[in-house]
Order: sequence, then structure tokens, then C-alpha cells
Amino acid sequence: MIDRDLRVTEDELHAYVDGELPAHRRAAVEAWLATHPDDMARVTAWRSLADSIRARYGTVASEPVPPRLSLRQMERARRWRRGLAAAAVIAAFVAGGLGGWAARGAASRPTAATFAADALDAYKLYVVEVRHPVEVPGSEKAHLVQWLSKRVGYQLRIPDLEPVGLTLVGGRLLPGPHGAAAFFMYESKSGERFTLYSTRANGPDTALRYDADGPVAALYWADGTIAYVVSGEANRDRLHKVAESVYAQLDLPAGR
Amino acid sequence: MSSFRSGVEAAIPALRRYARALTRDAEIADDLVQDTLVRALRSEHLFHGGEVRSWLYTILTNLNRNRLRSIARRPLIKLISDDDAPDMAGPEAGARDIERALASLVEEQRAVLLLVVLEGLTYREVAEVQGVPVGTVMSRLARARAQIRAFLDGERPALRRIK
Repeated sequence: MIDRDLRVTEDELHAYVDGELPAHRRAAVEAWLATHPDDMARVTAWRSLADSIRARYGTVASEPVPPRLSLRQMERARRWRRGLAAAAVIAAFVAGGLGGWAARGAASRPTAATFAADALDAYKLYVVEVRHPVEVPGSEKAHLVQWLSKRVGYQLRIPDLEPVGLTLVGGRLLPGPHGAAAFFMYESKSGERFTLYSTRANGPDTALRYDADGPVAALYWADGTIAYVVSGEANRDRLHKVAESVYAQLDLPAGR
Repeated sequence: MSSFRSGVEAAIPALRRYARALTRDAEIADDLVQDTLVRALRSEHLFHGGEVRSWLYTILTNLNRNRLRSIARRPLIKLISDDDAPDMAGPEAGARDIERALASLVEEQRAVLLLVVLEGLTYREVAEVQGVPVGTVMSRLARARAQIRAFLDGERPALRRIK
């Protein structure tokens, strides 16, 4: 039974184009279109729109998937992050009253991206400094970590980046968006400099993110309580290697 | 590999395609996919069977909505100039038109159109992704198509006013 005389609704025209029209209505819709050129024009336009969208974006699905979207790499990162979260909880106990203070400003706390911009500014400011790039030299590592941990309010860890060819130059205290920030500088034999910036955060957890500002770039992540930013020259692969090394070492059990 | 994990893995190319069309920016799109995957892996225990793919589209759609909200809070204004008028010459120009036409839609309509047309989801699946009745999906789809047709015809009433 074909209900040829019934009015065809706009919803049915869409369903017809999208292959969702029940089979028993198909003939009615086609008969309607044959006698209604305006609706036929709409249907034709919708189909050509669908073709254009598929032509423009369809090929994305056959592009090779970038490494940062591989599940294997991501699960490794997740294990690091779980370690970071544990470290943050312990840090909150160590920080004592500071925890409450941190929670108070939670609503207006800047995101990891803001920290990345601050960290990049600090990088640009101090990386050109030849005589006084740091306040406490890397040779006084124990003092450095004790002093800065006290000021930022959580237990810091200074990663050893010798495996990626970087020696600790030292560190300094910086004003962060909310309280203090710790800033460590590393240098290679050829003079390239990288910095690690860490401060309290309270945004959502953020996966590793890349942000470039002309010749310098940052990789940053946040783990709810603490944000980390690794800055250096805008060489993504090199920066990634350094950041991964930092990431991996922060995963070690806290307080040891 | 678990069936959950292999389901997630298999969906990555399609998620990238959807995110690219949704944001029209390769870098932002892959950031969204990355955040989607991180969240999916972390909440595997919340997934009670069903279609992994639809669930991933749901996460990505929500993350993008949050992203747009946080952008909206910042005073970021993109001026629309006459250069943005659709040009009608050649297939490459057509591709640019499509990007601008998609940009002219409000987020919910853009998501519906892309999920149906590009990702091949059924109306019912889209309703689940967006957490709305099928009727709402239909009206969003109708408005999206009407708006884009008007845009490509050079009317673009809403956009003209912004300028």
C-alpha cells in the first residue's frame, strides 16, 4: 500500500537523504519530490553538502595516526600521572595549612596554559643571562630542593637530565599566578638551555600539551594539584625527549 | 588486548576525522582526540558494554563544548571581513566554503550534521551522544542544513550583522 497522497514532512525529506526513511514511505517521498521542485532542490543541495563535507574531511581517517595518539604511549603516560597524583597527595599533607589556602582560590585558578605562558616568559628572561641565570647553583642541589620545596609548598624533585645531555645549572624562585613557582635551569655542553617550571594548579588534568611562541616552546601538563612546564628552543622532538625524561622521573615514589 | 581497548584503538582515525571537521584546526583536533582517549582509558570501568565508538563521540563532543565555553569567557573576537564571503570558483574554493559554512553554525548543529553526514551515525545514536530526544536532533539537523544553504547562497544574515 503506497500512501501517495499524504503530505511529506520536512523530517521525512531529511530521513530520505540520510537513509533513515522507513521503506514503506520511500515511494511516497519520491513521488512528492517529482512534483515539488523546491523540495527537490533542497534534497539535492543537502546531498551535495554531504558530498562536500566527506570530500573535505573524509581523508583524515586514512592519515597515519600521530604517535601521541597511540594507546601504548598514552597508557605509559597514565602510569606516570598516577605516580604524580600520589606525589601530590603526599605533598598536600607536607604542605599542611597551605592546602586549605590553595583550595580557597580554586575557582579563579588559571589553567595550565596560563602557567605555560608565565614559564615561557621566565625562560626568555633568564635563558640569555650569562652570569646570574640562577639564584642557587646546581652544585648546591640539596639546599636548592629544600628551599624551593618550602616556598612552593610541596615536595619538589629535581630531575636528573644527564641522560639527555643536560646538566643542572641551578634554580630560582619566581612569583607564580598563585603563590610561588620553582624554576630550574639545565644546560647542554653546546649551550642549549632548558627550564623546568612548577607551581600549584587546580585546573582539570591536562595531557601533555605543546605551545610555541616564536623561537621558544613549552611542553606542559597539569595533574590537578601541580602544573609542570618544560621550556626550550622550539624543537619539538628534542623538547619532547627532555619532557619525557622529566615526566618519568617525577613518577618515582614521593618523599624518597 | 581487551575488546574495549581494541574498540578504542579502531575508533581513533574516525575520531580524528570528526574532531578535524568539528574544530577545523588539525592541532586543536588532535588535542581533543588525545584528551578523549585519556579520559576513555581512565574511565574504562564506567563503560558498561554497548558501542565504544558512540561513547567516544560523546566524550569528544562534551570536551569540545567545554573548550568552546572556556574560549567564550575570554574576550576573543574574530572579525568577519569581506574576504570571508563565499567564492564560487573551483573545487578548492569549495573546500574553503565548506569550512566557513561549518564555522557559521552553532556548536550543537555542527555536531549533529557531522555525526550524521561524516560519521554515519543514526539519528538515534546522535540523540544518545548529545543526550537529547531524537526530535531535537532532527530540528538541529534541519536548522544546520538551512543555515548552510543560506550561507552558501551568500545571504548569511546573522554574520553580516556581526560585521
